[in-house]
Amino acid sequence: MSTLAANAPGAPGGGLADVAASEATLRRFLHGLPGVDQVGLEARAATLGTRSIKTTAKAFAIDLAISMIDLTTLEGADTVGKVRSLCAKGLNPDPTDRTAPQVAAICVYPDMVETAKTALRGSDIQVASVATAFPSGRAGMPVKLADTAEAVAAGADEIDMVIDRGAFLSGRYLEVFEEIRAVKEACRRPDGSSAHLKVIFETGELQTYDNVRRASWLAMIAGADFIKTSTGKVAVNATPPVTLLMLEAVRDFRAATGTQVGVKPAGGIRTTKDAMKYLVMVNETLGDDWLSPHWFRFGASSLLNDLLMQRQKLRTGRYSGPDYVTVD
Amino acid sequence: MSETAMRIEVFKTYKLYVGGKFPRSESGRVYEVTDTKDQWLANAPLGTRKDTRDAVLAARAAVKGWSGTTAYNRGQVLYRVAEMLQGRREQFTAEVAAAEGLGAKKAAALVDAAIDRWVWYAGWTDKVAQIAGGANPVAGPFFNLSTPEPTGVVGVVAPRTGHGFSLLGLVSVVAPAIATGNTVVVAAAEQAPLPALSLGEVLATSDVPGGVVNLISGRTADIAPTLASHQDVNALDLAGAIDLEGPGAAAALEASAADTLKRVVRPAADPSAVDWTASPGTGRLLSFLETKTVWHPMGI
Amino acid sequence: MAKTDKKTAQPVQPAKPSGLFEYAPAPESPAAAGEIATSYGHFIGGRFVDSSGSEALKTVNPATEQVLAEFAQGTEEDVDRAVAAARKAFAGWSSLPGSERAKYLFRIARIVQERSRELAVLESIDNGKPIRETRDVDLPLVAAHFFYYAGWADKLDFAGFGPNPRPLGVAAQVIPWNFPLLMLAWKVAPALATGNTVVLKPAETTPLTALRFAEICRQAGLPDGVVNIVTGDGRTGAALTAHPDVNKVAFTGSTPVGRAIAKQIAGTRKKLSLELGGKAANIVFDDAPLDQAVEGIVNGIFFNQGHVCCAGSRLLVQESIQDELLDALKRRMGTLRVGDPLDKNTDIGAINSAAQLARITELAAAGEQEGAERWAPECELPGAGYWFRPTLFTGVSQAHRIAREEIFGPVLSVLTFRTPAEAVEKANNTPFGLSAGIWTEKGSRILWMANRLRAGVVWANTFNKFDPTSPFGGYKESGYGREGGRHGLEPYLNVEALDV
Repeated sequence: MSTLAANAPGAPGGGLADVAASEATLRRFLHGLPGVDQVGLEARAATLGTRSIKTTAKAFAIDLAISMIDLTTLEGADTVGKVRSLCAKGLNPDPTDRTAPQVAAICVYPDMVETAKTALRGSDIQVASVATAFPSGRAGMPVKLADTAEAVAAGADEIDMVIDRGAFLSGRYLEVFEEIRAVKEACRRPDGSSAHLKVIFETGELQTYDNVRRASWLAMIAGADFIKTSTGKVAVNATPPVTLLMLEAVRDFRAATGTQVGVKPAGGIRTTKDAMKYLVMVNETLGDDWLSPHWFRFGASSLLNDLLMQRQKLRTGRYSGPDYVTVD
Repeated sequence: MSETAMRIEVFKTYKLYVGGKFPRSESGRVYEVTDTKDQWLANAPLGTRKDTRDAVLAARAAVKGWSGTTAYNRGQVLYRVAEMLQGRREQFTAEVAAAEGLGAKKAAALVDAAIDRWVWYAGWTDKVAQIAGGANPVAGPFFNLSTPEPTGVVGVVAPRTGHGFSLLGLVSVVAPAIATGNTVVVAAAEQAPLPALSLGEVLATSDVPGGVVNLISGRTADIAPTLASHQDVNALDLAGAIDLEGPGAAAALEASAADTLKRVVRPAADPSAVDWTASPGTGRLLSFLETKTVWHPMGI
Repeated sequence: MAKTDKKTAQPVQPAKPSGLFEYAPAPESPAAAGEIATSYGHFIGGRFVDSSGSEALKTVNPATEQVLAEFAQGTEEDVDRAVAAARKAFAGWSSLPGSERAKYLFRIARIVQERSRELAVLESIDNGKPIRETRDVDLPLVAAHFFYYAGWADKLDFAGFGPNPRPLGVAAQVIPWNFPLLMLAWKVAPALATGNTVVLKPAETTPLTALRFAEICRQAGLPDGVVNIVTGDGRTGAALTAHPDVNKVAFTGSTPVGRAIAKQIAGTRKKLSLELGGKAANIVFDDAPLDQAVEGIVNGIFFNQGHVCCAGSRLLVQESIQDELLDALKRRMGTLRVGDPLDKNTDIGAINSAAQLARITELAAAGEQEGAERWAPECELPGAGYWFRPTLFTGVSQAHRIAREEIFGPVLSVLTFRTPAEAVEKANNTPFGLSAGIWTEKGSRILWMANRLRAGVVWANTFNKFDPTSPFGGYKESGYGREGGRHGLEPYLNVEALDV
């Protein structure tokens, strides 16, 4: 990638790569971002959570939410069979209703990418793979890059990497920056195209909202295509306030650079009601431009069936039950 | 069924109240509770040191949530206790009458007073900081504010004597401690624990989070010293420590509490002369509070 | 799904919830307000009675201009009857043990909680404010206020007003239309807790929740005459505050009326508390948490259609971030949803009355005439009813009317400053002194500013927060006396030395 291309508006990193010229400049930039008042942020997220989404708006939002799901299985017990059935579910979420949209992606560990890719052949569903020693990220760079390259080589369309929270929390921002850059590089395919890079912060470990805002900008400057809250493997995963903050970050980043970045809350989003709250936040913070699976995703597994049950309720007028949606 | 057929009453199994649940004693033992005329009333669980230890664990676990809830919420919860107690007035009247050897009318008045005492403390939750805290006009460019905070886990030796001790007395020592955000482990009055154990049933249905109040019946001489020596208990209310000697005596308990510098409220000089219907004032309310003072500079 | 076209250039523009995700109407049912009678009398001595006069006023739904009910224009005779009923009830009420008075107030708090949906809908219909606000702000605060003062009723000896604080007697209370039931709670709860009896006059555009409150008093078994409600316009209010047998006057409303009341009762023994107008400065420094500051500014001026005496109607922004902040503010204003107050997604409801709309319109026009630049987001307003778009004026100076006069509507005047001292000077440069806001991440500056601001309430990194435990009231021409908190007891207590 030429220097020119890297700094052009709309380029990954938004042309802000200069701020990462040194540890000192990067630190100055990140610490110069406006602070976040916790109480105010949480109050705003809570207020948006009181929006009442009914009838046609609800139908629209349910289908939109389904189409934004990264249907995920990230268990030690994952098998080829499990991944295949998950792919089948993603392709055809509601066997009783073919109008139900497909999910955005199937999210798996690297060794399951090939299985997923095969199962999804011919569809628009993406295969996302976690990488970089997910979920802890505690491995050397060669391992992380190999992890990434393997997933990409196996056909992953999207890579969900984790940042080194230890490095971030001890203030080694440049290290995190370079790590993201390197993984981004590892996302490249021989044909010159790249797998999409989602950068996971594990916001539950970053703890403060100031940290989340800094991590967001850090990742975006480093070239993240998506910023993602959590692995789903720690006590605190996606929350409405932390997601709202990240939405504000991508909004401000585009205003500053012209480059649009997506957002993916993950973990803990289980109900239609939850999903509605997130979509309301996207709607009122970012608007139409982000209301598509290109720019907003839900990292979730059980959410899908709740959305389907609500969808059935809207269609039939009866409340559905777990026996009327498929378990995969 | 003929109208004269005798109906056999269902007896209640009295249980401990620990962590929001109603366990039997781990000892598997009970002891006989009688009225003041030695008539058998019920079997009460014989709580042990281990039951007490479990209760302290539960109380500790509840501190964060209970002290972290808003004072307004705590007030609502305490008021809810009053509402629930009002609904079970008849039951408690009978239990208090039996426990203290009183007529129904006098017992009912004591139950009413116990209900009103919950209301009194419900009103204190969001006011205690306004009488026990405040701005301090320090000589310098500083903002300086003192606020009371709960001490933590309070061990309570429930009153065992004095007019109204069995329910009103109990409420008068438990409510002020939890009003300010503490949690409590109570050694119920050994010879008359039934109103206390029934109060657990009221608390369990009053939005009081599990673990905020824990009620143990059994030998005071076992339970009270366990609380006094427990390193994870922060304060001790010795209202019912009436033993003149032995491990349950007030002086021994206070000395034991001194090891971890627990805050101690001593029993009245003459516990049997205490009239629990008297207006409570703020003594107990302010006993289990720590004052925190915050300094902050003022400048551009 | 075409997932490969993400490289499409995205235009840089403020986001607006336009096209894609339109919220379907989510209306609260007007029937939830309960039955509204076609006409109301006064509530005197524990029952509804007809007025001695024949004049009736109408209250309309400001969102539709439909008449909701007729109610009596209280006459001097009506006022006299109400004061007499309150006087009669005073002896018994004031001699009740505080713990018993407390239980009546707790009952009221609980019944308000139980009936909160009904009251929220009724308030929204009569006032025009959004149901989201009555549901999430007004009603919870009403209940909390009664709950808080209930607890004081038997603790007055501990309140710090000496050993024997006594009630004053009959309290005449006149309240405004912007928070009808909440202002009632602010007045009635402390008055009753301290042992006074009251005659309350609600505003002539919003009498319905006060009249409904009378039913709650009956459900609570409150002794007859402890709370009396007399409806009518300013004439009724003047008759009430002038009545020779009232011992206490409490008024919330405009500064001119407050001044008139203060003159009217001069030379009497009546104790007076006034909560009047404001022109609060909301001061934003360049190190503010910007997104939250924007929310605070929006909440400060557009909450309750700007019908808030403590509204942050003057935005003082540090020059270095003016552009950035205004861009963000405009973007945020573009997402405000103006319309049907009963729709659960409405942020800004109807202006309370035609008269108020006329005043807002007139002052906004004056802003333009005096050279300030006017901006408002595009938003469709309903055909019927009284509406005003959330509006922003930039280029405002301290000399402009829109920077000096209370507009009491959704109109924000933006001024700039360069240093903290200048911010304080501008903020204080008004005869009002009700509230102020400070936005900065620097704690010591917050306290330095707060120390110098001549305002009764200073919010830092938040705005328009209310709590029954927290005293509220103004400096200077914003009034005197405090409502809320321990301090809110004092205006209803005789704390002078006993004449023995």
